[in-house]
Amino acid sequence: MAKRKTEVPFNGTKEQEERLKAVIEEHKHVEGALMPVLQEAQEIYGYLPMEVQIMIAEGLGLSLSEVYGVVTFYGQFSLNPKGKYKVNVCLGTACYVKGSGEILERLQQTLGIEAGGITKDGKFSLDATRCVGACGLAPVMIVNDDVYGRIVPDDVPKILAKYA
Amino acid sequence: MNMVRSHILVCGGTGCTSSGSQKIIKSLEAELKANGLDNEVKVIQTGCHGLCALGPIMIVYPEGSFYSRVTPDDVKEIVSEHILKGRIVKRLLYQETVQEGQIKSLNDTEFYAKQMRIALRNCGVINPENIDEYIATNGYEALGRVLTTMKPQEVIDIIKASGLRGRGGAGFPTGLKWQFAANQPAGKKYVLCNADEGDPGAFMDRSVLEGDPHAVIEAMTIAAYAIGSEQGYIYVRAEYPIAVARLKIAIKQAKEYGLLGKNIFNTGFNFDLEIRLGAGAFVCGEETALMTSIEGHRGEPRHRPPFPAVKGLFGVPTILNNVETYANIAQIILKGPEWFSSIGTEKSKGTKVFALVGKIKNTGLVEIPMGTTLREIIEEIGGGVPNGKKFKAAQTGGPSGGCIPASLMDTPIDYDNLIAIGSMMGSGGLIVMDEDTCMVDIAKFFLNFTVDESCGKCTACRIGTRRLYEMLEKITSGNATMDDISKMEELCYYIKENSLCALGQTAPNPVLSTLRYFRDEYEAHVRDKKCPAGVCKSLLSYEILPDKCKGCSACSKVCPAGAISGELKKPFVIDKSKCLKCGACIEKCKFGAIVKK
Repeated sequence: MAKRKTEVPFNGTKEQEERLKAVIEEHKHVEGALMPVLQEAQEIYGYLPMEVQIMIAEGLGLSLSEVYGVVTFYGQFSLNPKGKYKVNVCLGTACYVKGSGEILERLQQTLGIEAGGITKDGKFSLDATRCVGACGLAPVMIVNDDVYGRIVPDDVPKILAKYA
Repeated sequence: MNMVRSHILVCGGTGCTSSGSQKIIKSLEAELKANGLDNEVKVIQTGCHGLCALGPIMIVYPEGSFYSRVTPDDVKEIVSEHILKGRIVKRLLYQETVQEGQIKSLNDTEFYAKQMRIALRNCGVINPENIDEYIATNGYEALGRVLTTMKPQEVIDIIKASGLRGRGGAGFPTGLKWQFAANQPAGKKYVLCNADEGDPGAFMDRSVLEGDPHAVIEAMTIAAYAIGSEQGYIYVRAEYPIAVARLKIAIKQAKEYGLLGKNIFNTGFNFDLEIRLGAGAFVCGEETALMTSIEGHRGEPRHRPPFPAVKGLFGVPTILNNVETYANIAQIILKGPEWFSSIGTEKSKGTKVFALVGKIKNTGLVEIPMGTTLREIIEEIGGGVPNGKKFKAAQTGGPSGGCIPASLMDTPIDYDNLIAIGSMMGSGGLIVMDEDTCMVDIAKFFLNFTVDESCGKCTACRIGTRRLYEMLEKITSGNATMDDISKMEELCYYIKENSLCALGQTAPNPVLSTLRYFRDEYEAHVRDKKCPAGVCKSLLSYEILPDKCKGCSACSKVCPAGAISGELKKPFVIDKSKCLKCGACIEKCKFGAIVKK
């Protein structure tokens, strides 16, 4: 579960910081608060850069290493910003036996990035996800909230074109 | 209450929502309003019906017409024909329900006839966002009976007598688990629900939460009374947004009705429930890792003993049951343990829900009595393998399970039989594979999963699974020797014996079971450098059959590497040194002239 750190400079706003502080305040005295706080922080910032992790560690009275350890343990937490359009390909077993591996390959070719990466213009990020549970529609790819099921590699350019 | 003449049920499970059922509900409501029917006809969003392959699904009552693959464009016709004029729109009916011009009941179709719905009884029937509909189907009656007429020990005795075993996969007797926690001295105790459904290809827990969330809440409250707890947590995968939303609504409604919170049913019994979201770590489905995660740490498993019943969440006695296990509880209380234990096999009682997916006609969710054979599930309920292909294997138990070959299709499915044939029940994913699936590649797929999901605590699992993956890669790339296969087997047993939790102990199962039943396929990769299923790229070469090629040039246009050349109307050829083996040409060829060898 190795995760690479981002090179994109952090540019959080004052307003985001206020929201994060309110979340920390609300959870401060709850047992096991770190996970819910990280989840809300990722909602606010879209990812969890070091600056945000420091604020959380200080706010909850934890060491930064503890926060970083939790962030890097769970697949859902991201150290990198995501694209305007988040493209996810399901690599659950049902999708895999129905060819989602080839869908992913075509996406990597078309977008020119590896899974886990983001295009230079910040428009598309690509991830291979765990089973989304829409196995009846396998193979499945998801762009933000739009789900595309029963697709073949040739559908990929057509789907991406909708977001161009 | 408003009397209506017709109910339209639209499936709001994840499968159907993904294929647009929300848009259908919106246009249905608009269309009914436009025709002045909104007071006569009620639209209800239900949970999953199970037949996900045919979604989005709509059922119109009182006729019981089962419409499949409905699109928003069909809505107008359904309203004007069926609702206004009473003429069923035959072209949209699920074709299995139409026989010789007659329309038969859904329950008589092959998909539903052999099923028995206990855990899924309300899924697809009631509106999960309305507590009154749950109560109308005897909801919370079991809780009322337990709190007002039974002692905690009586509840535990009923669950024990029913023979219910944990549906999360390991099959531990539920009543016994409750007994251990109840035997601990009174004080703080927790009741947990494991809804961190991580097995790829399994979605029954999600469907229960989406289709019948109150069943889980009621059962957890019963469990809390039985062991003497006042606080519970439901640990749900964050990847299941609809399930989380419906659970939140259900908890809120139960609190408003006084069925959760303080002094439930005026008996002085208190129980409160909170939701905690997972964050995408498969190992958190393991009970001690789940508890560590709720406590706010890296989800690493803990040593057992002490077992959670003695020292669990935050160090106090805790019980943890799976969603599907809870979904059986209220029914057992209402109908009695004898009823439940009359279903199933000698050691596995009741039913099991399976997510039937992969190369199968009727993909979806099925609930069958224990003891049903794999053949019945795949050939009768599932409608067999599509496109005239041959069944090769069924995978159960996710990354901890194994592949069951065609020769064992008549094995009655229960906990013990599945373990005996080298697989396991798991949470209930059942993935069907046909002749185009390479078993070495599937083993590699699962190992890739466990390498990624190993928490890193035990060396045997952290490093062992990676080495195992590399060995499989060596095989699929054609660089292995026969000696590697035996080394691989040795490593499998080493990982099993030296890992702390079930993730590591079962991680080699996909390799061991495929080696046991499909050894010839491994040997073909190693000895002959061939992938019989035509999946492993390094072992394939693409060729154009000159007698079938019409020289249309479609393949050469689509080839990203420029590896195909030729003259129009004459057979083309592939330059193997340039070929990337991407398969784009095969997809494009209309004449079946390109083959993988």
